[in-house]
Amino acid sequence: MSGTDTALLEIRDLSVAVGTDEGTASILDGVNLRLTPGSIHGVVGESGCGKSTLIKAILGLLPARGRATEGSITLQGRALLAAGQKSAAQSARGRDIGFIPQDPLLALNPVFRVGDQLREAMWQYGMSADDPQRNQPRAVRRRVYDQRLVELLRAVQLPDPEQALQRYPHQFSGGQRQRLLIAAALACGPQIVLADEPTTALDVTTQLQILKLLRQLARERGLSMLFVTHDFGVVAQLCDTVTVMYAGQTIESGPVAATMSNPRHPYTRMLLACHPERSQELKGIPGAVPSPLRAPSGCRFHPRCPEMVADCQRARPEAVSGAARMVACVHCHEVAA
Amino acid sequence: MLIVRKFLRDVAAVLGFVIICVVIGIAIFGPFLLPHPDLVFDSDILRRFEPPSAEFWFGTDNLGRDIFSRVIIGTRGALMVALTVVAIAIAIGVPLGIYAGYTTGWPAEVIMRVTDVFLAVPQLILALAIAQLAGRGLGSAMAALALTYWPFFCRTVYAETRRLRHTVFIEALQGLGASKTRILFVHVLPNVASPIIVRATVGMGFTILTTALLGFLGVGATPPNPDWGLAIAESREYLPDVWWAATFPGLAILITVLGFNLFGDGLRDLIDPKLRRSRS
Amino acid sequence: MTRFLLRRLLLALPALLGLLVLTFVLLRVVPSDPSTALAGENATPEQIAAIRKAYGFDQPLWRQFVVYVGQVLTGDFGNSIFTEQPVLGDITRRLPATVELVLAALLFATGVGIPLGVLAAVYYNSSFDHAVRIVTVGGLAIAPFWFAIILQLVFAMDLDWLPLRGRIPVGMPPPPTVTGLYLIDSLVAGRFDLLTTAARHMLLPAFTLSLGSLASITRFTRAGMLETLQKDFVAYEKAAGYPERRVIWVYVLRNSLVATTTQIGLLFGALIAGAVAVETIYDWPGIGSYAVQAILTSDYKAILAVTLVVGVIYAAVNIAVDIVHALLDPRVAEQL
Repeated sequence: MSGTDTALLEIRDLSVAVGTDEGTASILDGVNLRLTPGSIHGVVGESGCGKSTLIKAILGLLPARGRATEGSITLQGRALLAAGQKSAAQSARGRDIGFIPQDPLLALNPVFRVGDQLREAMWQYGMSADDPQRNQPRAVRRRVYDQRLVELLRAVQLPDPEQALQRYPHQFSGGQRQRLLIAAALACGPQIVLADEPTTALDVTTQLQILKLLRQLARERGLSMLFVTHDFGVVAQLCDTVTVMYAGQTIESGPVAATMSNPRHPYTRMLLACHPERSQELKGIPGAVPSPLRAPSGCRFHPRCPEMVADCQRARPEAVSGAARMVACVHCHEVAA
Repeated sequence: MLIVRKFLRDVAAVLGFVIICVVIGIAIFGPFLLPHPDLVFDSDILRRFEPPSAEFWFGTDNLGRDIFSRVIIGTRGALMVALTVVAIAIAIGVPLGIYAGYTTGWPAEVIMRVTDVFLAVPQLILALAIAQLAGRGLGSAMAALALTYWPFFCRTVYAETRRLRHTVFIEALQGLGASKTRILFVHVLPNVASPIIVRATVGMGFTILTTALLGFLGVGATPPNPDWGLAIAESREYLPDVWWAATFPGLAILITVLGFNLFGDGLRDLIDPKLRRSRS
Repeated sequence: MTRFLLRRLLLALPALLGLLVLTFVLLRVVPSDPSTALAGENATPEQIAAIRKAYGFDQPLWRQFVVYVGQVLTGDFGNSIFTEQPVLGDITRRLPATVELVLAALLFATGVGIPLGVLAAVYYNSSFDHAVRIVTVGGLAIAPFWFAIILQLVFAMDLDWLPLRGRIPVGMPPPPTVTGLYLIDSLVAGRFDLLTTAARHMLLPAFTLSLGSLASITRFTRAGMLETLQKDFVAYEKAAGYPERRVIWVYVLRNSLVATTTQIGLLFGALIAGAVAVETIYDWPGIGSYAVQAILTSDYKAILAVTLVVGVIYAAVNIAVDIVHALLDPRVAEQL
């Protein structure tokens, strides 16, 4: 891998374990991921592959009984995940990393005005890292922040942006609420936006509009975006690069076009084949994602893999990296760009 | 038995269960365990106001009666009264609640309006008034308590039955042509049993408290009944010197009610595990 | 809001009519012969007959009911047998004392109970949570009348720190009446000496009365918080960088308070029951002790009036709870 210095967010060998009543579950196992400035990076995998735990780890919001056992998360050279450094991730939330949640219908607090909720992070962090308003009296700040929010609401194409701040969440439709949440993610001027399947809960036409909006906003504002989804179609429309996850491991990554046209890992190939527009006959993947309590040895995909050989069960396959691509499969010895 | 294991893990609920068992044991076997069986009802003026000692654990009262023995005997009365009141309240409230919840039409409407009116007046004031006007005594007090307590059961059961009525399985039974009585007693009643049990358990504690208050105010048990509330009332004029005469009957109330409340609380957690979900 | 209030008042009317029927039936029909009860044990048959006539018990039931409703609507509750004063006057004179006591108890119970419930939920299943649970279950298991006696025993009789009974010492003139609440009236009058005296008298009764409510409010706040903490918006608020304290104490709490206010409304019955016991023991001149006195002396008209007044207050409390709901939750407000 080259150009470590250009990564905005870098995750190295991250492993996360969560204690449950039935034992310790290994949710993430040696996850690697790089987000470069101005790019949109997709993270794709079936449900239960650890995508949302990855997001929680970046935000420093692992569940009470969960902890990172190994690895590091670095944001612009600052360690977000180091023993006893809860505050690093805490102060990154909202300020350096904007977050767009999965279900806009459930994410807004029903009993507070939209404006109160959208202003909340700004009270804490201001409008940007070097916000001149920070020391102003509250009334002045509030006026400035409201102006900023109205601009953002206009940018996310919400109708009536001036009135929106005075209204309550239930007075907006699902698509409108997702626009509100996108504006909220941008309020403090973060460089990175984490999006957790932000279109899954919406209907198809709204999905398309939101994807277009996200792409436009990212381009205009030079944002980097980590976009988590289970849908390769969304990745194709939106992302520049992609990482494929399976059962808590990153198994393949690279530029979207190259990865989708020439997938190297059997799982990536099978996942792509699940898409009706990409293959003639609709195939599923036999079996199910293994429980993190009983993760298979070696390559975690081997019980479902049609190309399984004896070595797959023995040890985790070495990741093979070339220019911008990475594959972790015993059948793969070198990757070209 | 997963449910038993789950219950055993709840220390507070197990404590409540143990207290209830001990209290019931005392109620049944108490008369055989008395240190001074002769000093329960008969007075011994020479021994009045003796402080707690090895001979009289809880001391003696103004008539020289052994307070420990009286508290023991009082247990039986307290449990019997509470059990009777709760049983009558269930006998009235549950059928009415099931009926009103399952049917529509004016009888159901009337039942619920009457229930609402009862619930709109503080139970204690009504119970006190009825107990007094029906003639003082334990019998009237019990009738008054039962008469003002059934609406609470009726409300609970009504809400639960209403909820059940629209569930798939009841609708399926109706589709199969099961008779109304059969549905009500064989299918609805067992399903509303758990909230009834929880309410009855907590209601035992509540009724013991209210009965004691009635006894204290003088519209419940009459002397020489060793009723806990009455004992506290009788001891009041000798305060603060004879502190033990008021303290121990009150502690008996506290521990008994605590037992029922802790146990009821644990049962509620078992039946309605919503609040037990571990947060992640 | 005005329309909502009007509609709520209209809705309360049938309940109040029901209340009239209930009190009538229970107090005039249930006792086999109220005149005998009224006349006392040693009354001659002539005396009983005279009472029967005086109270109209010789009239047909429906007629008695009509007369009763007419009297209630004109505010004519008759004279108390015991105080020989108009019952309504007795009650209005005594109501502020109870209101002051109940408000103080409720204020203390919410002020302490809500933070306790929040903390118990935040530190769910910790030893703090268990301790809170045992204390709250215990608070509901204590007989208020016994607890009042024990507090008197310790703090008034033994330690002599606080007064034993009453609102102010016997013979001391109360502050000039503005609200009828001594604490507020003495503040208005600038009488800080009276304020301290009244507050000291209030301490034990209010604390005794608050115990049950404190336990209920704590438990319901805890339950509401636990439920709200599971919601998606809490996870979002944390992820979006809201300060953690604000998430708990502002965003989650306000959602949970909807359930707590319902509980505060339901507590009213328990508070009145508590007030009956507490006022009797501390000689608090409110309607709780008045009710006991009326009941024990079979002061028939006073019993009816107290029951009705308390029922009306109860209905008012329920309307107030609905208003607070609407203030807490905009979705409720829209349905009004």
